[in-house]
Amino acid sequence: MSEYDIVIIGGGPAGLTAGLYTARARLKTLLLEKIAPGGQAALAWTIENYPGFPEGIGGPELMERTRKQAEKYGLEIKSGEVVKVSASSEDERSKRKIEKVVNTKEEEYKSVALIVATGTRPRKLEVPGEERLIGRGVSYCATCDGPLFKNRKVVVVGGGDAAVEEALFLSKFAEKVTLIHRRDELRASKIIEERAVSNSKLEFLWKSVVTEILGETEVEGVKVRNLETGKDLTLEAKGIFVSIGAIPNTGFLKGVVEMDEEGFIITDENMETSVKGIYACGDVRKKLLRQVVTACGEGATAGFAAGQYVGKWEDKTKR
Amino acid sequence: METVLNDGNFEEEVLNSEMPVLVDFWAEWCTPCLMVAPAIEEISRKYAGRLKVGKLNVDENPLISAKYGIQSIPTFVIFKNGKVLGQTAGAMPKEALEAKIGEILDE
Repeated sequence: MSEYDIVIIGGGPAGLTAGLYTARARLKTLLLEKIAPGGQAALAWTIENYPGFPEGIGGPELMERTRKQAEKYGLEIKSGEVVKVSASSEDERSKRKIEKVVNTKEEEYKSVALIVATGTRPRKLEVPGEERLIGRGVSYCATCDGPLFKNRKVVVVGGGDAAVEEALFLSKFAEKVTLIHRRDELRASKIIEERAVSNSKLEFLWKSVVTEILGETEVEGVKVRNLETGKDLTLEAKGIFVSIGAIPNTGFLKGVVEMDEEGFIITDENMETSVKGIYACGDVRKKLLRQVVTACGEGATAGFAAGQYVGKWEDKTKR
Repeated sequence: METVLNDGNFEEEVLNSEMPVLVDFWAEWCTPCLMVAPAIEEISRKYAGRLKVGKLNVDENPLISAKYGIQSIPTFVIFKNGKVLGQTAGAMPKEALEAKIGEILDE
C-alpha cells in the first residue's frame, strides 16, 4: 500500500491543475488517471476561449503542456481506474490523520486529502439501434471519428456549444451535416451560432428528436419526429454524432459524498464536498459553466484547500 | 513490438497467423488513439509469444478498414484462426482491454 498527502482522481484540466498546485506546495501527490492524461479537453480540436492563446490552441497540445508543467514540479501520475473510495470518520480533537482510501482494480492507496476530478462522459440518446451501432456510425466524438466520414451525410444531435462545434468540425469533411435539435433555437454561444448559420453545408431540423437509428451492421439513417407536428421522417446518414449533454463519472462515490439528483458533486466555495478532506473540481461538480478555464480555476482552489487541510493534521504522511 | 499492418500484408500477418492477433485500427489525427498507444505497446510486450499485436492505419489502408466496417477509432479487433472473435470501439483502460484479451486466450 502506498501513502500520499493527496490523491487526485482524474487527469483532465481540473485534476492536472490541482496537482500542479499541490506539487508546488511540496505535498506528496499522486494523480490516478483511467486511460491517459488530458481528459475531454484533449479531444477538442481547438480551444478558442482559453485566455492567453489569441489564435486558439489545440486541446491535445494544451493538455500535454499542462501535464508536463505539473510533472516538472513533482506530480506523480499513474494509470488506474478507481472503483471505490472510503473515508474514515472525522476526529478533530485527537488531531488524528483522517484517512481516505482509494482502490483501483489492482491497487490500494491511502491519503490525507482526496481531490475528485473525474469529469463527465457523453449522455446517450437511448433509442433503438444506438447500442448496436456504436463504432458503426454512432459516435460521441466528432474530432475522433469525423474524418472517417469524408463526403458522407452525417447527423449531429444536440444544440449546445459542443454540438454546434462538432457540426462545424464535421462540415470540413462531410458532404452534408444535419443538426437535429429539440428546441427552435440553439443554446450555443453567439459566435459559434453565427458560424453555424453561415455554413453552407449545415442544415437544421428544429423541434425534432431522433427516435431510432437505422441500419443492421452500419448506420444507414435516422428516424426523426417533429415535436410540433408529431410527424416522423427518415433521414439518410452514415454517421450520427450525439452531443446532448454529459453524465458525471461519480458511480464509485455513491453514498460517500453529497451529489445532486444527476450525480454531480455538491461542494462549497472552497471545492470541499460534504466529507471533510474530500474535494471536487471541474466538470464533475454541480455548477453553471463547464469549460477548461473554470476547471483550471477550481483545480487550483481545490489543490490549495486540500493543502491547507493536510497541513492541519500533525500526523502527516512521512515523506 | 507491434506489427505494422497494411492492406497488403493483412491476410498473411492476421488471417493466416497461428497466434491470436489484436489489431488496433488507428490514425495520426485521432487523440484517443495516441492516448492508448502506450498501453497497446505494453500489451504487445506482456503477451509476446501468446498474442500478436498489430496496428493498422485507417487513412493509409482503406480496403481492410472498409472490410471490417471501421467507423470509429480506435477500434480493437481480436482475430483467431482468421475469424473475428471480438470487436470494440473507443479508448478504454488497459485493464479492460486485457480482460477481453484474457477471455479469448483462455478459451
